[in-house]
Amino acid sequence: MNKLMPILLFLCASVSVLTTIGIVVTLISETYQFFQKIPIFDFLFGTKWSPLIPPKSFGVLPLLSGTLMITFIACLVAIPLGLASAIYLSEYAPKRVRKVIKPILEVLAGVPTIVYGYFALSLVTPLIQSIFHSAGVFNALSAGIVVGIMIIPMVCSLSEDAMSSVPRSLRDGAYALGATRFEVALKIVVPAAFSGIVASAVLAFSRAIGETMIVTVAAGSTPNMTANPLESIQTMTAYIVQVSLGDTPHGTVEYGSIFAVGMTLFVITFLLNILAQYIARRFREEY
Amino acid sequence: MNIFLDANRKQIANRRKKDWMLHILFVAATSIGVLALCALIVDILIDGIARLQPDLFTNFPSRKADGSGMKSALVGTIYMLLIMAPISFIFGVGAAIFLEEYAKKGRITRMIQLNISTLAGVPSIVYGILGLTLFVRLLALDRSLIAGALTMTLLVLPIIIVSAQEAIRAVPKSRRDASFALGATKWQTVSRSVMPSALPGVLTGVILAMSRAIGETAPLVMIGALTYVAFLPEGLKDSFTVIPIQVYNWLSKPQLEFKELAASGIIVLLALLLLMNFSAILLRNKYQKNI
Repeated sequence: MNKLMPILLFLCASVSVLTTIGIVVTLISETYQFFQKIPIFDFLFGTKWSPLIPPKSFGVLPLLSGTLMITFIACLVAIPLGLASAIYLSEYAPKRVRKVIKPILEVLAGVPTIVYGYFALSLVTPLIQSIFHSAGVFNALSAGIVVGIMIIPMVCSLSEDAMSSVPRSLRDGAYALGATRFEVALKIVVPAAFSGIVASAVLAFSRAIGETMIVTVAAGSTPNMTANPLESIQTMTAYIVQVSLGDTPHGTVEYGSIFAVGMTLFVITFLLNILAQYIARRFREEY
Repeated sequence: MNIFLDANRKQIANRRKKDWMLHILFVAATSIGVLALCALIVDILIDGIARLQPDLFTNFPSRKADGSGMKSALVGTIYMLLIMAPISFIFGVGAAIFLEEYAKKGRITRMIQLNISTLAGVPSIVYGILGLTLFVRLLALDRSLIAGALTMTLLVLPIIIVSAQEAIRAVPKSRRDASFALGATKWQTVSRSVMPSALPGVLTGVILAMSRAIGETAPLVMIGALTYVAFLPEGLKDSFTVIPIQVYNWLSKPQLEFKELAASGIIVLLALLLLMNFSAILLRNKYQKNI
């Protein structure tokens, strides 16, 4: 038993490494086959994405611009609100209020994304349509706002962790000089926790890029290079879902395209996650 | 002299006012999250409460909204949990025990640890792509219950490993020392002294991971969990559906009645989640008292 167990337990631990290897090998081998048929240059710089309807073309930029638009709107919602909530919870809120608000925000993080998709479609979209009459049933703005609401708790809890690890003595020093709470928050706590806050923003960005069901339900399926958030767009994740819902035979170019798009998605989120870890480690202030 | 004093007083008053205004602003920003949650719940309850009838649980989905139910989705979700729970428990907890108790703090351990935190950030749909290639095609499991459960297991494994590691780390060193002093071997110490005290914490993590799994939709859509299943799966290789996919299916139909069905499906899903989270909290509270 004493000799056998470490080996068995090591095998359990290696599952996670094998998963990563599996993801990378899968994506690379299928993407390689895809690029045998479609030149990589056309994929990366093409401005038209119509893989299912002839004349077929595989330029990923419309999907990328759709994804970035959603992500941009989501961050515009989540970063200010998340940061403001974090400042409130760590600097202003009395202990009792904090004890109530924190779990509520955690609930917000645990709501399944399909539920957020419903929320976008049934409440946020009609609201947007009543303000902007040109908005479609599926539009990027509604999906982006709801993705933003989904990632508020993440920004908030990660930034709050960073802020509450700023030592009490720094705050006390500022208070002793007569600073108000806002001045302490803005000039002492936020700069001291800056690396953690930036890391949380980068992670939020990465999470918004990978979000799938909200954009599938609410943003539509029109690969579209537009700057107008009231139009329907398609994101990378929504495209992958769209193809896998149909009966695309194995080995076709369309089938290969989900791997190429998946690879793009994986590489972007992977780099962002590494960047966030690097920022949090490299620029952490030591006290 | 008086002029200076007044200027100073005015400045302080201004700074106080600014502080007060921003306080209000921060409270408002925080309450937007809370308000959004309330709006979401109220919206779903208004739309879905009328359809929350016995039919919903006893009937299979049908092309007509009236009398359409989610029996296959509910059963599919429960089956998937029953398959996932033991597999992900064994592999997740095994990995955590290895990393905390056996692994030497070297490069390989650091690499595995880094790998786990990276995996936690991979978008769930990428797991769907992996599952499609590995389980559905390579292992020829087809679009089956077992293929879906294995894909979801890989998805939640990082969550379970991290929370189990925390629970094991929280067991005081004195327990291990006491066990060793009585002449126990390493494995006896781990299995009979460390794990029993870490178990409630580990289970909390497993339950939370399971509740994450029952809300996930994207990977199962990739795997091809059918959206229209009018039978109950009988074996591991049968096709299946789960609640979120059934909701997605209803949501993608244009008729208003199906939207109401989607809302009532969501109520069931949220109730299930609430139940799981509540039991996790109960477990955690018990755990905190015992250590």
